[in-house]
Amino acid sequence: MAEPIVSLRGITKRFGDFVANEAVSLDLYPGEIHALLGENGAGKTTLMNVLTGLLRPDGGEIRFRGRPVRIDSPEVAYRLGIGMVHQHFKLIPPFTVAENVVLGAEPRRGLLFDRRAAREAVRALTEAYGLAVNPDARVGALSVGMQQRVEILKILYRGADVLIFDEPTAVLTPQEVREFLAILKRLAGQGKAIVFITHKLKEVLAVADRVTILRHGRVVDTLPAAGADEGLLAEKMIGRRVRLAPEKAPARPGPVVLELRAVRERRTGQDALAGVDLALRAGEIYGLAGVDGNGQRPLVEVLFGRRSAEGDVRLFGEPILGLPTKALLERGMALIPEDRHREGLVLAMSVAENAILTRYDRPPFVRRGILRPAAIRRAAAEIVERFDVRTPSLAVPVAALSGGNQQKLIIGREVARRPAVVVAFQPTRGLDIGAQAHVYRTLVALRDAGAAVLLISFELDEILALADRIGVLSGGRIVAELAPEAADEETIGLYMTGRGDVRHGDAGRGDSGGDAVRRGGAGRGEVGSGDDAGQEVAGHGGADRTDEEKAGDGR
Amino acid sequence: MRRGTRPSVAALFSASAADAGLAIVFGLIVGAGLMLLGGFDPLAAYRALAMKAFGSPYNAGETFRQATTLMLTGLSVALAYRAGLLSIAAPGQMALGALAAAAAGIGLPPVPVVQPVIGLLLGAAAGALWGALIGTLRAYRGVNEVIAAIMLNWVALYGVNLLIRFGLADPANRQRTRTVAETARIDAPWLSDLFAHARLSYGFFLAVALLGGYAFFLHRTRLGFELRAVGQNPVAAALAGMKDRRLVVAAMALAGGPAGLAGAIEVLGVYGYWTVSPTLPAAGFDGIAVALLGGAGALGTALAALLFAALSGGAAGMQFEVGVPPELARVVMAAILFFIAAQNLTRGLRERLGRVERRNARGEEAGR
Repeated sequence: MAEPIVSLRGITKRFGDFVANEAVSLDLYPGEIHALLGENGAGKTTLMNVLTGLLRPDGGEIRFRGRPVRIDSPEVAYRLGIGMVHQHFKLIPPFTVAENVVLGAEPRRGLLFDRRAAREAVRALTEAYGLAVNPDARVGALSVGMQQRVEILKILYRGADVLIFDEPTAVLTPQEVREFLAILKRLAGQGKAIVFITHKLKEVLAVADRVTILRHGRVVDTLPAAGADEGLLAEKMIGRRVRLAPEKAPARPGPVVLELRAVRERRTGQDALAGVDLALRAGEIYGLAGVDGNGQRPLVEVLFGRRSAEGDVRLFGEPILGLPTKALLERGMALIPEDRHREGLVLAMSVAENAILTRYDRPPFVRRGILRPAAIRRAAAEIVERFDVRTPSLAVPVAALSGGNQQKLIIGREVARRPAVVVAFQPTRGLDIGAQAHVYRTLVALRDAGAAVLLISFELDEILALADRIGVLSGGRIVAELAPEAADEETIGLYMTGRGDVRHGDAGRGDSGGDAVRRGGAGRGEVGSGDDAGQEVAGHGGADRTDEEKAGDGR
Repeated sequence: MRRGTRPSVAALFSASAADAGLAIVFGLIVGAGLMLLGGFDPLAAYRALAMKAFGSPYNAGETFRQATTLMLTGLSVALAYRAGLLSIAAPGQMALGALAAAAAGIGLPPVPVVQPVIGLLLGAAAGALWGALIGTLRAYRGVNEVIAAIMLNWVALYGVNLLIRFGLADPANRQRTRTVAETARIDAPWLSDLFAHARLSYGFFLAVALLGGYAFFLHRTRLGFELRAVGQNPVAAALAGMKDRRLVVAAMALAGGPAGLAGAIEVLGVYGYWTVSPTLPAAGFDGIAVALLGGAGALGTALAALLFAALSGGAAGMQFEVGVPPELARVVMAAILFFIAAQNLTRGLRERLGRVERRNARGEEAGR
């Protein structure tokens, strides 16, 4: 490594009294993948926003190729060759790949947009960097992984030598993650400097050359990734030892509490429910894995009366499909929603009011239509106390709380209703490790108290850490059910992408009674090793051994 | 699921007291600038305006009378806004409320107290029903409530005109209804005397009481809780089991009540009749401005109503004393609204930035 391409020297950034970055120094060398690791709020994004000109530092200096520079706008960063792929893509879906890539710096012929030149430029880039994308494809029709490539092409097109990725793997399947990491390596191999912001330790170890760990806005350490391990990195990141996966006794599943049979929607498409069969038992955590956009949201909406569907849903044996949300809540359904700001909280209302949002109309919170603030405050105080919600007071708007504390409030609120079924949809989205561990412990505690927990998550690690049984949702159906012992990322990943269930056709339908574990098997042989090939022909029926049975053989 | 509140509208109604004060000052400065351009003395004009609005007991009383109407129409808009809806239905609802009250004052047996109470209730009910109609269109047919209200305002106006012509018209003057019975009136003679026979009625107290009740309703009742929740986050409210569609209807109906009442008070407390009119009552539209300036709160709405009543009532004084055209008062009102809107919109931006910063800060604390 010769001289660093970018050198941050003592960067300090304050927001009011709060110091987001304090004297942070960081060198980036051409050809290196530099992981930037830290919890939410540790200052990673702030630092990169300083580097890309979105924020101006209060102190410190940025050197680019040895020369001090002032990056006071994103345009300056672009000109220097610093580009960022944001967590949320900034693409225009109806435009083609080529159009999106050149947007803002379009090749022209006279006054006109030179479409051919744009296409050629993009094709040349895809070849040079091995990023297979069709320049003429409409971006809206591409998978998330492909869209990410378009984002990468965008900054490469502008001649970036420093590429910053903000949590790039959060939205990808395990297979896509692997492809993405390969792309990173290729880019680094061509001399690009890569900053990889993440909190996933495994990926850091897999791909990074060096790791810088931030905590409370300060650099804890910068070290080579080789020789580091997850435990070490986690400890540096949090400052203490944390066991993320909770201690968890084997589940003692009770009777089936919630049962779905052939639940489908009229509409079609990847995200439409196409016949979901599921039997959820008391005292178990059922992990529903799958790639975003394969029916997770419709499923939750159907379960909570916000979307109509055909088929049969039973709670304690009684049909509940089509009941209004209130009736479902009263019968013991509880939701920890995916998007707490949009679905879980009324941000402008107080902590206390949000603490009773799902039972505001029951005694003792209301009497003859009049709210009783004392009772509301008491209940809220109890939740705040029991779930360690850090809030300055019960009267402040819930918007004033951190994400982790908001989530604790939601979970506390739902637990306080003593639910029979808890649907937890991406319950740790955007939470730091400490808060994540808290959520995990609570879910396991709910299970041990006899609740049926449906954990819907796009994070396989989360499913693997918590679930007593795993289902894979793809194309609006549960295409496989596995015991956690039989499940590994590889297998689940194949089912998730839909490649695992090409052959199923009607396997999910037909025999929907009884225990739900029956599908799977076929897909694995198809893409995986040849041993299972015989099962491919089976479709469904006698030869259709389940993965759970296979796992049983191994025990 | 229902569409959410338009964020720009949400930002519009979030005026704080400081914002409002600043906007008023700027508005007056703009008015003064225009007067200087026209060769008038702004200080003298504003002094004349203030004198006309508050300078004598009678003038003050008349300002309070106008404020009564604006408080009610402002309350109407504010209430709908709290439920995430932009109501511009107040003009039509005023006309309907006025007609209903006139009908009660003309047609019902002349029993003191009972007759005016029924008249007021009918007026409020007429406004509420009209609101419920708009709410139903919005909730169950997806019709934007602004569009529905714009069109239904005219339906209400011409419907009222039609009913005056065919049924309630004064034989001597077919352009207006017969005069309501003396027993139907809600005059407050003692109050009127206090203000040198200004046309002040018990309607003023009704408006003040309703604004007081409004604050309680919003924060201490179940329905108020539901309306606020739905207004601020319809998705979360629905997932919490609230009947979001029904709440939209309820909110529009509740908002229609005060607007209808405003019309009823004009008939039973001021004029004693209602006229065929080619235009919608301006006080209905002014309710939007009042709620906007008042930040959709109870006290703010009351004060804003008073200010706008003073500006429009005082305009005549400005013309008489200094020769400034009375339209200039409307220009000042418009400028005030402009500054409120501008402040709120930029404040929305500022807050968004601030939120990001604060979130960074808090994430940090949580990690500690």
